[in-house]
Amino acid sequence: MGDFKEKTKDEVIVSLLNVEKWYGNNNVVKNMSMKIKSGEFLTLLGPSGCGKTTTLRMISGFEEPSSGVIKIENESVELKEPYERDVNTVFQNYALFPNMTVYDNIAYGLKIKKVPKAEIHERVEEMLDLVQLKGFEKRRIDQMSGGQKQRVAIARALINQPKVLLLDEPLGALDLKLRKQMQLELKRLQKALNITFVYVTHDQEEALTMSDRIAVMNGGIIEQLDTPKNIYEKPSTKFVATFIGESNIFEASVISVDSEKASLGMECGSASILPEEVAFGDHIYVSVRPEDMRFDKEPVEGFNIKAKVKEFIYIGNITKMIATMSNGDEIKFTRLHTGKLPQVGDVINVYWSLKDGIPIPMETNAEFEKLKELSIS
Amino acid sequence: MKIIANKEYLKIKRRSKLSEIFMCMPLSVWVVCLILLPLCYLLFMSFMTKGPMGTIKYVFSVDSYVRMLEPEYFSVFKKSLYIAFISTVVNIVLGYPMAYFIASKVKMSSTLMLMLMLPFWTCALVTIYSFVIMFSNAGLINNFLMALGIIDKPIDMLYNNFSVSVGMVYELLPFAVMPMYSSIEKMDKNFIEASKDLGAGPIKTFFKITLPLTKPGIYAAIILTFIPCIGYYMITDMLGGGTTLLIGNVIYNQFTAARDWPFGAALSCILSAAIILMMFIYTKLGGDLDNLGA
Repeated sequence: MGDFKEKTKDEVIVSLLNVEKWYGNNNVVKNMSMKIKSGEFLTLLGPSGCGKTTTLRMISGFEEPSSGVIKIENESVELKEPYERDVNTVFQNYALFPNMTVYDNIAYGLKIKKVPKAEIHERVEEMLDLVQLKGFEKRRIDQMSGGQKQRVAIARALINQPKVLLLDEPLGALDLKLRKQMQLELKRLQKALNITFVYVTHDQEEALTMSDRIAVMNGGIIEQLDTPKNIYEKPSTKFVATFIGESNIFEASVISVDSEKASLGMECGSASILPEEVAFGDHIYVSVRPEDMRFDKEPVEGFNIKAKVKEFIYIGNITKMIATMSNGDEIKFTRLHTGKLPQVGDVINVYWSLKDGIPIPMETNAEFEKLKELSIS
Repeated sequence: MKIIANKEYLKIKRRSKLSEIFMCMPLSVWVVCLILLPLCYLLFMSFMTKGPMGTIKYVFSVDSYVRMLEPEYFSVFKKSLYIAFISTVVNIVLGYPMAYFIASKVKMSSTLMLMLMLPFWTCALVTIYSFVIMFSNAGLINNFLMALGIIDKPIDMLYNNFSVSVGMVYELLPFAVMPMYSSIEKMDKNFIEASKDLGAGPIKTFFKITLPLTKPGIYAAIILTFIPCIGYYMITDMLGGGTTLLIGNVIYNQFTAARDWPFGAALSCILSAAIILMMFIYTKLGGDLDNLGA
């Protein structure tokens, strides 16, 4: 994460300002503002229907924003046609032209621009080399495997040297192993060419592995835009905490704050977190990752949460443990196989080290929007 | 136990095989009795000799085929192909934008399709006769143009290649539009987006992507208009007024007025062979015979 900061010039290449998109009465993208930096790998991550693809299509020009401004290199592009924009897209189903060979597919953009034949040839060969498809020039598209098609699609877009490459769930159709391999390859390409990538996915693991920054989207808004590390370790909304990895979410009130810790009162007991970011009387959520959950036979200072061990789930390298609190809510733990595990039915004292309890403000924008939506419908 | 199960299985399998054959019976009878046998008879008859008073003498001869080489019949062939060619080209040029328009109006497409089909369901005799009314020297169009003072003598529009071609185009347009519509509609719209994304404007995208990808529909449309054009003798009869003679008319005349069945049969065989050849080329070009059933 550290070295990326040196690489990116903090120059903004794409900016969205108060962008809205309505389909009839359906508000798919809500007042979105975002700055995409030159040379970064930015991922739009969210569940289906969160507006991530619509956002991408507004940048590429296939959708027109209902209101707001989209700038590419300081130039407003909302009214420009896709073929007038210096961005290229890798489509979800590749959309490779079936009436052309691999070579002609890759050369398409340059042929349209009437680049001299010799130069086209040179650049296509260069691209084929880059995506490791030398020797496939004459193949028809239906003779290529999924992973190869993927590479052709990337080469076809990259050959135009776009200012931004937009990728719409490009790995969705590949099997798991190939997907992992392509993830690394995409990342390698992006670093080697130093082109800005805007990547859309619903796969959080994919987002965490590849991105410099992730914009987590939900219900048409960006919940959090930050580095993968911060997204995972410091989720700013409840949605982010639960969507990225697993989280135990506790509702709590701050009952006292001192220099060392903030004490929390909860429905099923009490707990503590670090005192920064909270004030006396706050109603908050506390998010704790399953791998950060601890337990002991004896009560731990600052904590008083009792839970009954319900079941163990064995998942290869780790074991999951689920325990229920007195109000019936479940707490998830993940444990390496080392260390002693309690028995099903045992009552344990649950705690965490203060830094692992992440406070999340209760009334975030997203919550508010959701409430509004519910009251409308 | 296992053996019994196996026997049961074979029994069921045999029964299903029998039922398969049984199910195919009506269709097979239909194809054999109504298509295959008559075609064989036609081929057989084309090698017979014409007897007096329209009878057939069962003596082998190739006279009918030799007679086709006479210049007057050769010119009929030429003219038939010419008119069929012109009508097909006009049909494709008119039909493609129409098909494209219908396919692009997703919500309206079934209504538009219905409007296209309406004249097709109307009796052809009526629609063709309406052209006579419009095109004749004292007809709608001439009267209108003369009333406006644009012309002072009626233009001869009826009973020539023009009127025949217009009739052909009118009657066969639905056959041209339907296969082209279905292949335009089936085409993945992502290809168009991809082309635009790569910098191609609408016109370049049309000629480089849309047109090549909808070729199968165009081929099917050509087959479905060209073949009926050659044989549509009713249109030539009514709008050609006897001045335009096409193969269809000649065949019709051989079986009716001239009573030369062997020669009519020979002409039919040659026409069928030409059509089969066209179908062969069509499938070689990657055409799907199923598309023609649309």
